[in-house]
Amino acid sequence: MSDQLSTRHLLGIADLTTEDIELIFRTADGFKEVLSRPIKKVPSLRDITIANLFFENSTRTRVSFELAEKRLSADIVNFSSSSSSVKKGETLIDTVNNILAMKVDMIVMRHPDPGAALFLSRHVDACIVNAGDGTHEHPTQALLDAYSIREKLGKVKGVKVAIVGDILHSRVALSNVHCLKKLGAEVMLCGPTTLMPRHAAALGVRVEHDLDKALRWCDVANMLRIQMERQGGDGIANFPSLREYAMLFGLDRARYERIARDIVIMHPGPINRGVEVTTDVADHANSIILDQVQNGVAVRMAVLYLLAAGIPRDHSGA
Amino acid sequence: MRSVTLLGSKALGLTIDRLCFQLIEDHGDLSGSALVALQPRGVLLGRRLRDELTRILPGTRIPYGELDITFHRDDFRQRSVTAPSAPTDLQFSLDERRVVLIDDVLYTGRSIRAGLDALLQYGRPASVQLLVLIDRRFSRELPIQPDYIGRQVDSFDGQRVAVEWGTTRKDDRVLLMTSEP
Repeated sequence: MSDQLSTRHLLGIADLTTEDIELIFRTADGFKEVLSRPIKKVPSLRDITIANLFFENSTRTRVSFELAEKRLSADIVNFSSSSSSVKKGETLIDTVNNILAMKVDMIVMRHPDPGAALFLSRHVDACIVNAGDGTHEHPTQALLDAYSIREKLGKVKGVKVAIVGDILHSRVALSNVHCLKKLGAEVMLCGPTTLMPRHAAALGVRVEHDLDKALRWCDVANMLRIQMERQGGDGIANFPSLREYAMLFGLDRARYERIARDIVIMHPGPINRGVEVTTDVADHANSIILDQVQNGVAVRMAVLYLLAAGIPRDHSGA
Repeated sequence: MRSVTLLGSKALGLTIDRLCFQLIEDHGDLSGSALVALQPRGVLLGRRLRDELTRILPGTRIPYGELDITFHRDDFRQRSVTAPSAPTDLQFSLDERRVVLIDDVLYTGRSIRAGLDALLQYGRPASVQLLVLIDRRFSRELPIQPDYIGRQVDSFDGQRVAVEWGTTRKDDRVLLMTSEP
């Protein structure tokens, strides 16, 4: 049983080994206990400085990373593209190198371009955590999703997970497929043909276009958000209307009750209520949407803690 | 590796009994106190003490918890082991309790320092005392001293004290190991 990650950065789930994921979960268990204490803070990262670089909007991920960093006692600086010199035309490498010159050890970055985190890891000398790069990967979301399944069902291996919705534009879907498959789950992707990548089956997953069939098959339904900002055109170029999408691929009470057994409902947020899931389903007893958010902090603490362990002390801040 | 037995099973059993009676002398029925053992090795001693105290004081529930100190260590990023070894299990607040921190071997004092740090996140105890089975004297790197001691030993830096809990109590023993030059 290894106690160190095999990687220096967290760029995507594709780079992690199954042992890495299990180590992250084991460490997150410890942090979950820390978060239940009267004082929810440990001193582990007190000599680490982290910059949160958000070149794209985010609420949950940003707040979650920020809380995780604060509860590990790290020093943090926040940066969003709307209020920065990126607007003045500075390149990504220049922006980051300037921040690193101020003695920053880790970079947590969200960026609209796929591969931005990998690119950065090759050109700057800091530990990079990918908080979402375009339509590519969102590794910490996949980790917290799998962690939440493990918590709810006691295991991930052998569990049947249907990932439903806008697969084409979803970084959460790709990271989830990698993560769940590494942990031995069975994965199905379900969505309209226009929102399904052409080579989806090459990922080694089932592909389904009928939500009712997918729901009858699965133990867990992860209802992805329709990515309005990535559809192009007037926002819904890939399907006729939100109403039609909701009728065919939305999960409402009637559809849920037709399954006639308990399946776990997940959503990475933010929810378009009434589109992917209706309010009564989102707030159903089998919905673990808020557990996902809660586990996000513990899982991100584990990721930051384990990556920081790989930063040599004499090198700190250099 | 040469090893000397510091405590055989019989001496170890007597030592634990003596520690229990010392605790009872100071803490009465322990209702206002709490035993908190450090993960991973202190809990083996802690559970044994809890069981013996329950035997000596039938009918009393000994407030007992286990504490993992991984995230409070001062050698993070200097050694390889980073993930928690075992879970914390502390189901009560420590506010106003007289806490006895338990570990098997006291050496540099750094684990106890981390233990104090972790402990104070669960409330403000009335007092904290330290109980150790083996006190390796003259090797402290921090000003930390035990209140209850099973056995004091004088040892070199290169030596190691191993507390071995057997499957039966007959196999329990404490060894002082010296590596051959």
